[in-house]
Amino acid sequence: MTTTTAPAPVRRGGGVRALYAGNARAILMRSLTATKSSNWAVVLSGFFEPVFYLVAMGYGLGSFVGDLTLPTGETVSYAAFIAPGLLAVSAMNGAVYDSTWNVFFKLHFGKLYQAQLTTSIGPLDVALGEISYALLRGGVYALGFLTVMQVMGLNLAWSAVAAVPAVLLVAFGFASVGMAVTSYLKTFQQMDWVTFVMLPMFLFSATFYPLSVYPEPIQWLIKAMPLWHGVELVRGLTLGVLDPSMYVHVAYYVVMVVVGLTFTTTRLRALFLD
Amino acid sequence: MTPVIAARGLTKTFGDLTAVDGIDFEVPAGESFGLLGPNGAGKSTTMRMVGAVSSRTAGDLRVLGLDPDAHGPEIRSQLGVVPQEDNLDPELKVRENLIVYGRYFGIPKAVCAKRADELLAFAQLEDKARNKVDDLSGGMKRRLTIARALINEPRILMLDEPTTGLDPQARHVLWDRLFRLKERGTTLVLTTHYMDEAEQLCDRLVVVDHGRIMAEGSPSQLIRQYASREVAELRFGSDRNADAAARLEGLAERIEVLPDRVLLYTDDGEALLERVTDLGLHPTTSLVRRSSLEDVFLRLTGRSLIE
Ligand SMILES: Nc1ncnc2c1ncn2[C@@H]1O[C@H](COP(=O)(O)OP(=O)(O)OP(=O)(O)O)[C@@H](O)[C@H]1O
Ligand SMILES: [Mg+2]
Repeated sequence: MTTTTAPAPVRRGGGVRALYAGNARAILMRSLTATKSSNWAVVLSGFFEPVFYLVAMGYGLGSFVGDLTLPTGETVSYAAFIAPGLLAVSAMNGAVYDSTWNVFFKLHFGKLYQAQLTTSIGPLDVALGEISYALLRGGVYALGFLTVMQVMGLNLAWSAVAAVPAVLLVAFGFASVGMAVTSYLKTFQQMDWVTFVMLPMFLFSATFYPLSVYPEPIQWLIKAMPLWHGVELVRGLTLGVLDPSMYVHVAYYVVMVVVGLTFTTTRLRALFLD
Repeated sequence: MTPVIAARGLTKTFGDLTAVDGIDFEVPAGESFGLLGPNGAGKSTTMRMVGAVSSRTAGDLRVLGLDPDAHGPEIRSQLGVVPQEDNLDPELKVRENLIVYGRYFGIPKAVCAKRADELLAFAQLEDKARNKVDDLSGGMKRRLTIARALINEPRILMLDEPTTGLDPQARHVLWDRLFRLKERGTTLVLTTHYMDEAEQLCDRLVVVDHGRIMAEGSPSQLIRQYASREVAELRFGSDRNADAAARLEGLAERIEVLPDRVLLYTDDGEALLERVTDLGLHPTTSLVRRSSLEDVFLRLTGRSLIE
């Protein structure tokens, strides 16, 4: 009983059963347990950042800009215009922070995923669990920010309630893609690319002024970017400007979620279950 | 009865390197099975494939009757794994490490908490329950890793060099605990570099080198088959060992020259020592001992176990 000759080559199979144990909850719970002892200043800053922007830009800059006229003909204050944009941006930032820096560290320095994947956890559980954590944080921020908007009278329509699930979807999309991208990065230098993509998206995606200020080709470029869809979706809901293009925005994020989860799961499997 | 682990032609390659080269073995339920081999032999790679965290390149593998490639989560839910290098969660406290790990198996929180307390006692870490993992000594981390592997009451416990880094007392405590698990019917699969550990714990073992199985059997079978009853160890001083060995040719069944000593395999060590003196050779030290797995290992791989 030593060696056999010419063993049959093996094909990788298994489908969902090899990838998912239906226990993403445990991964989420782990993150929450770890957060208990984490730096609360960082956690809170995620809430205050958009509030500061809103006050500085909405009221400071807004007193110069005055009111804006929407394509529908309605007039809204500048603060009410940028608030939903900032809400979408905070969802993006929260989701991206948790799914890039945190995940990168765990991938390369901690052996967390390696340990999790020696249990009955599958790579899809890890991806979903980590993303849910990013979502939960984004969701709490969004709820807080929406409350601030309500108090300041910036929610102009009943449909603002739907901004909560919308923001969660935005965060879900960014977190999925963020984690997928991160799982392919190897050095801290490459992580700078993430900032390099995010900052211009934040500045130009119609957060602070309507898209119509740009020439048409630039408009198309921005419309291809994910953040614009988030800003438009959330803004439509808080201002009460509902139209069918919202389905496109939602679809955009659903695609991001599916693509992001697929790549993340595949990559985690290649990294830790090969 | 079907074996809990069955490997046929199991192979793993990394690029050009064949880490595991078509090995066959079976482990029946309740057995304590050891993999012995020098550094780089392919032990950890084999353990990882059995643990369903590494896919095989070729061959067939069944763990608890299932194919690890297709049923990873299902198989892993019944395994306890102690990896060669600790991978505890540094962001969690000691007790939290156990509870959270249990949750990964989908075990209810209350059950995890109860087992965590039992396992902290098992690992003698009760007074460290609220410490951070990084505050533990190397040996304590090892004990915590082993405790963690038991949180799901596994059917198979996989231990990759479990006692490396433990002090002698902690090793004996651990052996005792492993023995009790074995009595309760847990299958043990372990790798080790310690011969005494292999002799103590393994019902059966395979000696692996360069990804192949060189020999297989119980510790006593292997010693009978690959070594004589006794060994005489002679030291002549490091630059004279080789010369002396040349003059001892023919005196023993087999002679092994190591950098620091010469080993003579024979059935009667004392008689051999007398003949050495008759030849006019005077080793600086000499000792006769019973053959051990170390000698089997040396014979099969040409290397000593601890390099
Ligand atoms: N992920 C990997 N990528 C490339 N080569 C690897 C990888 N893992 C292991 N190897 C190689 O496979 C061979 C077997 O390694 P393995 O870790 O299985 O040895 P081992 O018997 O456990 O050794 P040790 O006693 O030192 O732990 C080695 O040559 C090692 O370099
Ligand atoms: Mg090893």
